[in-house]
Amino acid sequence: MAGNDRSVLQFVPSSTSVSAKVHPLVIFNICDCYVRRPDVAERVIGTLLGSLLPDGTVDIRNSYAVPHSEFSDQVALDIDYHHNMLASHQKVNPKEVIVGWYSTGFGVTGGSVLIHDFYSREVANPIHLTVDTGFRNGEGSIKAFVSNSLSLGDRQLAAQFQEIPLDLRMVEAERVGFDILKSPVVDKLPNDLEGMEASMERLLALIDDIYKYVDDVVEGRVTPNNEIGRAISDAIASLPKLSPSAFDKLVNDSLQDQLLLVYLSSITRTQLSLAEKLNTAAQIL
Amino acid sequence: MTTMARSFLQAVATEEVVTPLRVVQIEGLAVLKIIKHCKEFSPALVTGQLLGLDVGRVLEVTNCFPFPIREEDEEIEADGANYQLEMMRCLREVNVDNNTVGWYQSTLLGSFQTVELIETFMNYQENIKRCVCIIYDPSRSNQGVLALKAMKLSDSFMDLYRSSNGNFSGEKLREKNLTWVDIFEEIPIKVSNSALISAFMTELEADSPVTQCDFDRLRLSTSPFMERNLEFLTECMDDLAVEQQKFQYYYRNVSRQQAQQQAWLQKRRTENMARKAAGEEPLPEEDPSNPIFKPIQEPTRLDSLLITNQISNYCNQINGVAGQSFTKLNLMKALHEN
Repeated sequence: MAGNDRSVLQFVPSSTSVSAKVHPLVIFNICDCYVRRPDVAERVIGTLLGSLLPDGTVDIRNSYAVPHSEFSDQVALDIDYHHNMLASHQKVNPKEVIVGWYSTGFGVTGGSVLIHDFYSREVANPIHLTVDTGFRNGEGSIKAFVSNSLSLGDRQLAAQFQEIPLDLRMVEAERVGFDILKSPVVDKLPNDLEGMEASMERLLALIDDIYKYVDDVVEGRVTPNNEIGRAISDAIASLPKLSPSAFDKLVNDSLQDQLLLVYLSSITRTQLSLAEKLNTAAQIL
Repeated sequence: MTTMARSFLQAVATEEVVTPLRVVQIEGLAVLKIIKHCKEFSPALVTGQLLGLDVGRVLEVTNCFPFPIREEDEEIEADGANYQLEMMRCLREVNVDNNTVGWYQSTLLGSFQTVELIETFMNYQENIKRCVCIIYDPSRSNQGVLALKAMKLSDSFMDLYRSSNGNFSGEKLREKNLTWVDIFEEIPIKVSNSALISAFMTELEADSPVTQCDFDRLRLSTSPFMERNLEFLTECMDDLAVEQQKFQYYYRNVSRQQAQQQAWLQKRRTENMARKAAGEEPLPEEDPSNPIFKPIQEPTRLDSLLITNQISNYCNQINGVAGQSFTKLNLMKALHEN
């Protein structure tokens, strides 16, 4: 779309080096809207809400779909709907403002410019997020773009969409657990101890890996990697150095504390069942 | 679309028999929305509405939306109702399930068993036969636990509540054989995701062997959590003691009244004997106008039942966390010896 680069063409760069971070909820919402789209619609589009972090990253935290219709090169967006929904969202969380818009499909398409223009009027320098729900090249690519305008003198010629880095690490999803989010059906939520068990197994596996690696290096089967070595020594150094007796005391003290708490809660429970019996069994004189 | 197809099948299969609610099936989307809303406003407590479908023994929660933080002002309350309608209308336009199935709320250390919750539930129950309340505890998520619970009031409790107008006497509880355990029913939660989301999440899952969740779980420090738990527990115990005192006071009053009544009756009888001997008409043996015959109102048992529930909840949490700490301490010990 950028056309040929003549010297008269003016390239108006938007604020430099923007990057974006996306909350898993946004991806979920987009997918859900796509699954529920009307029969005729090829794609769904919607508004992205979020905030600008102090370091210049755009934090995309929420989204909602906006009904639209597309005919060949015309796009009609339900602007009333967009404003109503925005007002509703602002009532709940006034800190979340428009940061851009999303569309399903692979990359930027022709009609996108018009929609982008509309969002540029709502917010300066909106972000365009595309989610490839069709898995067109075998992977669900999620990309974020900003638009730069190309102008010749005063005349607006074209808009160039430039991809910006997108952080998809999603700590929030990790907190909930990918196990729950990625399989189609989860019969039971893991309880405290089960989760603990899984984490411990993973820790154990990691320690085994490290042992194996160290042994391999010592016996010369693997070429040593200084970085890994440093990381391992860092990890070991992060254990506080305590004399065995002090450590034992520490552990035992905490154990005692916990035991006391368990004892207390058991005694409370006994008390409760006792009180229950007395209260309901008591006949009025 | 897969969930839709399945739900229709299920609907056909279970159309005729009215089955009790067995499972709440939540979409990952709704889970994330609830968590996000509750967490962002923590420690303030927030609520929102659940949308979905009631399919036989499964209640599907496919979406939800948050409520703005409630204000006491009446004008704003009306505004809130408008907001709800508006939101429902908007969501329907993008084909989201438009059927309220309950509400969600955040809680602090699981202290959700309150009279307000019961009242809200009864309100919902009037319009929606099968509704559920989802409770999320943001304070627990820092320990790598997904503290999500689906709750409903038990049928027997609802019957009792309706018939007694919120005045729970010991008599009625005995009649129904209802104890504090029988007030709330927890319903198992199932999480479902559409195939599309499941594909994306598999794609996006980081390769790293440890996740944030693991770090949170293995954190050794549990004392702030325990401290607050104990604090709440002690408060509850105090409340319970106050409730007990109320009952003692009540029983003392009742027995004193009965003694007075006996004395009065005795007096009246001797008087009547005297009158009989004198050939006069005996006086009636009851006198409704006398204040000692006025029945004393029995204090409601609901509060103490709820407090008991909360205490047991705190005890469970303490036990659970203590169990985890034991494991962690042992792990730490083993690591250190290595």
